[in-house]
This record gives sequence, C-alpha cells and structure tokens, in this order.
Amino acid sequence: MNAPLPLHKFHGGIHPPTHKAQSTQHPIGQAKIPAQLIIPFYQHAGNQAKPIVAVGERVLKGQMIGMPQGHISSAIHASTSGTISALDMQTIAHPSGLQDLCATLLPDGLDEWIAHAPLDYPTMTADEIRHALRMAGVVGLGGATFPSDVKLSRSDAKHVIHTLVLNGAECEPYITCDDMVMRERAAEILNGAEIVRGLLRAEKILIGIEDNKPQAIAALQQAAMQGAHQNIHVVAVPTIYPGGGEKQLLRVLTGIEVPAHQRPTDFGLQCFNVATVYQIWRALALGEPLISRIVTVTGNVRQAQNYEVLLGTPVLEIVAQAGILPDTHSYIMGGPMMGFTLPTDAVGVIKASNCIIAASAKLFPPPPPAMPCIRCTRCADVCPAELQPQDLFWFAKSKNFEQAKKYNLFDCIECGACNYVCPSQIPLVQYYRFAKGEIRTQNKEQANADTARQRFEFRFSRIEREKQEKAAKLAAREKPAPTELPISDKVNEL
Amino acid sequence: MNSSPFLTQPSSVSIIMLKVLLALIPGIALYAWYFGPAILVSLTLASVTALFTEAVMLKLRNRPLQPFLTDNSALLTAWLLALSIPPLAPWWLVVVGTMFAIAIAKQLYGGLGSNLFNPAMVGYAVLIISFPAHMTAWLSPLGLGSTPLSFAEQLRYIFTSSLPSNSTLDAITAATPLDTLKTQLHLDRTVQHIFEMPIYGHIAGHGSEIVALGFLIGGIYLLASRIISWHLPAAFLGTLFLTAGIFYLVDPAHYAPPLFHWFSGASMLAAFFILTDPVTSPTTPKGKIIFAAGAALLTYIIRVFGGFPDGIAFATLLMNICVPLIDAATQPAVFGKKGTVPINKESK
Repeated sequence: MNAPLPLHKFHGGIHPPTHKAQSTQHPIGQAKIPAQLIIPFYQHAGNQAKPIVAVGERVLKGQMIGMPQGHISSAIHASTSGTISALDMQTIAHPSGLQDLCATLLPDGLDEWIAHAPLDYPTMTADEIRHALRMAGVVGLGGATFPSDVKLSRSDAKHVIHTLVLNGAECEPYITCDDMVMRERAAEILNGAEIVRGLLRAEKILIGIEDNKPQAIAALQQAAMQGAHQNIHVVAVPTIYPGGGEKQLLRVLTGIEVPAHQRPTDFGLQCFNVATVYQIWRALALGEPLISRIVTVTGNVRQAQNYEVLLGTPVLEIVAQAGILPDTHSYIMGGPMMGFTLPTDAVGVIKASNCIIAASAKLFPPPPPAMPCIRCTRCADVCPAELQPQDLFWFAKSKNFEQAKKYNLFDCIECGACNYVCPSQIPLVQYYRFAKGEIRTQNKEQANADTARQRFEFRFSRIEREKQEKAAKLAAREKPAPTELPISDKVNEL
Repeated sequence: MNSSPFLTQPSSVSIIMLKVLLALIPGIALYAWYFGPAILVSLTLASVTALFTEAVMLKLRNRPLQPFLTDNSALLTAWLLALSIPPLAPWWLVVVGTMFAIAIAKQLYGGLGSNLFNPAMVGYAVLIISFPAHMTAWLSPLGLGSTPLSFAEQLRYIFTSSLPSNSTLDAITAATPLDTLKTQLHLDRTVQHIFEMPIYGHIAGHGSEIVALGFLIGGIYLLASRIISWHLPAAFLGTLFLTAGIFYLVDPAHYAPPLFHWFSGASMLAAFFILTDPVTSPTTPKGKIIFAAGAALLTYIIRVFGGFPDGIAFATLLMNICVPLIDAATQPAVFGKKGTVPINKESK
C-alpha cells in the first residue's frame, strides 16, 4: 500500500535458531483460573504500588488493589474475583530470587467483573487519558514494563515527536506472543496506535515486524487498509537478533541512532510494543485494566502455545496446561538470549512475563568449560552497540572498572550476542553484569561517603564557629571596652 | 546456568585452529611436491615437540592438560615455525626452536591467549640469530640441484647430518630467491639479469612461488569461512605491493617488482597465517590495518636494506610490541556516538 521505506542496518547481530514455529500452531488459548494467584505490587518500573485492600477482603475482577505512588508508578488490580488471603513477602519472578510484597488471591470461580464501561476517550483531555492509563495499570509489555502514561506525557511544545514506532519485531528465539497478538488483534492494535499518535501529536506510524512473521505483517496491513488508517507503514524488517531492541529497531526503520543514556524522544521518536498499544486500546475502549497478558508457553512441553494468562497465575500451572515433559529441570522467563531462570515454579506471572520456557538439559545443554579469550573479535563483529566486548571482558575480569567505564560498558544492552558466538564459550554477559553491579555499588558507596564527609565537615565547622563565637562573647564580657571608662576615673587612677 | 544467554553457538577454539591447520595443507602439499618430503619430517618433528613441551609446561604451571592440549594452538605454532625453517635443517634446530616458542614465548607468558609475541616468530628469531648458517641453507627445488636426495637420504641427513658420498651440501641447497637477489645486487648486477638464474621462476622463486600460491589459496579459504577478516591480509599485501611498486617504478634495475615480493619468502604465510594470529594482533578494524601496513613496510625495509634474508619475523615481532598502543588509539565510535544531533535538545 505504501512505497517501500528505505531500511537501514545496525552493526552486528546474530541468527540463532528461532524455535518459533512450535508455539504458533494454535490460536491464543485461555489459561485456566488457578487455585490461587500471587500478585506482586511491584510489576513495573518506578515506585511500588501501595496496597489498598485488607486481608480477608473480597475483591472483584478488575478491582484496584494497589494504588500508584509518585510520578513513575502504575496500579495493580485483582485478576479475578475472590478473597485476599494474604498480603506478605513472597518470591517474585526476578533473577535475584528475592521476595517482595504480594497479594495472595483465592479465586471464587465466579470471575465477577467490577463495574466498568468503555471510556469516551475521544472527548477526554490528554491528562485524563494518561490518568486513566495509570489507573488501569498499563505498562510496556515488551519487557521493560515502563508505565505507558509517563511515556505519553513527553509530547509538549518542547518535544516534537514526529514518528511513532510500534515494535513488533520480536527477535528473541521461542517468543511468539507479539506475533499472535498481531495476527489475531490487528485492528485493535491499530486503534490503540491511533490513540497514542493523537497524544504524541506524531505524524507517522511505523510498525516494524521481522520478516519471519508474514501472517502478522499481512494481518496488520489488511487492518490498516480496512480501518482506512493514514500514514501507517507496516514494515517487514530483516530477521536478525537483536533487531527488536528498541534502539536497533529505530535505527533500522529511521536510520537514527539513539545513543545510550539518551531517549528516542530526544530525536523526535517514540516507541511502543505492539502488545502495549493493544492494551492501551483495551483500557480505554473497553475500560478494562491490565489483569492478563499473552504468554508464550514453550520449550520442553507437549503442546507449545500462547495463552491469555491472568496476572498472578503460578508459572507451574500454565506450563502444566501445556503439558510439562518429564526431563524439565527449570523454567526460563523471557527468551533464551536475555531471559532468566525463575527462582521457583510457584512465582506468579507478571506484566513482564512474555514467555515461559520449560528448560531441559537437552534443549539448553550447559556450555563446555570456558577457554581463555583468544581475541578473535567475533564478539565485536556481532555487538549491536559496537563495543569491544573482548576488552570489556578483560577489564571486568581484572576488576579494572575505570577502564570498563571508559570503554562504554554501560552502553552494553546485555543482548548476549557476544556470548553466543564466543568460540572460547566465555560467559561474557555475566562478566558485564558483574562489572556493572560493582560500579553501581561503588558509586553508591562513594555518594554515601561524600554525604558523610560533607556532614562531618559541616558539623566540624559549625562546632568551630560556635566555639569561636562563645570565646568572643566570653572575652567581651570579661573585659569591658576601655572606652566606657569615664575620664574622671582615669584621672583618679593617675 | 541461571543467567542468559542460554543458547550458544557450537564453536570452539580447537575447531578454529583446526581450520587454520587445514588451510595450510595446500601450501604444504605443493612444498613437498616441489622440494621433496623433507618438510613433512620437520612438520612432524615440530608437532611432536610442541605437544610434548606444551604438556610439560602445563604440568609445571599446574594447569589441566585438557582442554589445552587439544586446542590445536600448539600444533599451529609448530607448523608455522617448521614452514619457516629450511626443511633440511638438522633435527635439533626444529626441536630447539619449537621448544623455545612454546615454553618461553607462549606458556611463560600465561599460555593460550596471553602471549604478547607470535610464538612461531619468536622461535624463528631465536634460531636465525643463534644459528644463522643452518637457517639459510634452503633446499634447492627438485630438478634444479645436481643430485636430488631421496627421501631416505633426506631423513638421514636431518638426523645424522651425513650426506651420500656423491653429494655435497652446496649441491643440494641454495640461498633463497630473496637472499640471492640481495647478494647478486651487491655484485652490481641488475634485477633483470639476476632473474635469469635458474632458481627464479615466472614471478618469484622457482617452485616457491607455487608454494606461496598454495598458501594464498588456503588464505582465501580462511577469508571465505570468516576465520580471519580481510583487514590484515589486504593491508599487508596492499602496502607491500605499493612500497615495492614505488621503488620498482623509480629504479627497476635494482628493485624487484611488487609481485616478486608477494610471492617470495613468507609473504603469503604472513598475510594469512602469521599476522592474523588473533592473540598477537590488534582487535579493532582500523588497528588491524595499521598493524599489517606497518608489518609490510618493515618487511620490505628489512628485505631490501637489512641484513636478514627475510623480514617477516622481525616485522611481526616489532609490530606485536605496538599492539596495545594501536588498540588503544583506534577504538571505534560506539552506537549512537558518531555525531547525530538530537532534535529535542531541551531534555536531559
């Protein structure tokens, strides 16, 4: 429908086996309501939501149970109707395996909705729409879970956003949740995109989809035609990992390279995941908060498939629905390139859970022991951030953190491409994560030490000042000024 | 494994090294064809010595024999050194050179990946300085020497230094085409006259030019299979061609044409197999070009104006010294930091 856009390339990238076919054989299924839901109050970037329910309270499906706090935060809702049986610390879906505040919800099986209705969003102000999205708990579903309302508030006179980019690249192996949403809910995605375009006052919408998803591309192109959408370009981008990284996709579609520590908005661009704009549409056009998401359940299972899963559903339950094969030893959340092993299979699905992979030794054989780096620079050849991974490895290993920073360690997006091609099988990304963590700790300690020193110096100078003032006062009292003596007295003394 | 990535490509150091060894085979085969099978003896000697030395050093350094003994890196060093030594050299020459290369230049620096200098070139440098006479007695190509030795006679000479009664060392060996050119030029002969001598072939040495072609073919295989990048060979051969070309254009009677330099000595071996040792060469694309261009320049200077028969080894070692500096000075700009200007400057 449109003239083909000139595409650009980013440096490096790899072509790992995609393993996407197995989970796209069936349409999106409905996951069962589990016996209990574990819903963390921290499922987004920014501040944790504040619990506004009590233990023992009955809640309805879609009822807010966590209130956003502060500028960057988002609401948390009950995924179905039932009783809050606990508000306590539980293990969450995070690589640290740490615990965080969660609500345990015992479903009553009625799945009874709270009163809700479509919002009349065309007549709402931008502020009202943003508030509605914040209260509906809409966050980025591509993985970063950044509150969507905050990303939509950057469109003022100072910030010209000319292009809205929708990320449907989905470059990670195994993950197909965005693919299936695009195939099945293309019209809704475009309606959501129009809402976002309106808020951003952007002219153009570019939808980047890797060319290994022809059905999704066709579905969106057809929806764009049928919905008579103007200036929306559905663009097939080359399949190359990490082509779905935000900055890599922006580069491919627009030629603009957004540096680390800068935002796409600085360059007139804003980027949303396709599933996020779908959710924006759902929150406004249906009035439904974010209480479920599409999760790819794949790997070592009998029937890989995408499911619409209630947030808080224990991972074990949805994988069981797909049929766990006996030699499964752990579960990966996210893709095999950037995901992490879940601390337990009891953690609840969260807004960031795009994919659950049942892992076995056969699917992911442990790499052979690492050999020394031979400086072959295959890592540098594939690094999409154009770093020198072999140097960063050396600096991280020798704890030479100053040099690591100088060599742009913090530009590393941890995509794992270097790790994937390393002939010495060095766990490079682990070294970078270690170095970044150490530098952050050092910075924090340095900041604390600086504050402590400033406080000490301030206190010291205050005490000194007070001492001097006291001494001066004392001196003034003991030795009255001689000029006060009357002349007659002086005469007498003589 | 708790942290990503969970997928890695099935590649390994030993496979890379094996492919480099394979790429040497066309050149070695042509070598044996043109100069007799003596080269196979020195390759075997060097291989055995390298593996033995590597094993002993790993033991002394308290390192496991596996996987290091089978990473094929010691074999590669051994082969490159053996190919740099006259094939008829006495057995102990190969053994001493290889032991020095592996024990001192590689293992004492920390083993695989830690050495600053190309081990094979260190081995060669030690030999040419310590035993210059043995290192310059190269085999004449078969059919050029008066009485070519049989394989048994070659073997006997390598291990016992005794020749058949009807032969002399001078009859079966000669200086290299590069060396001959240099000495003949000192005798005030012109390049054109010198090239009429029987040891010269179409563009360089008789036989050795074909061996060089074999290494070029192996090098193209390495390029095609992405074991090496184009930067090093292109910069090396390009600079060598340019430098030789300028001198040749100015004074063709006293300077050999550029193609002669390409196909003489260890040029092809250096371009594709020696300079490309990843451990001892720069990592940045620009750095690789500077490194190889510098090596080519030094090679030409040493060959034409220096006292050694070939300049590759010293050029390589001298450029090895510069690698950390070159790497530091040629860091490429990273993603997004090549001068794009944000349109919304107000934001932090």
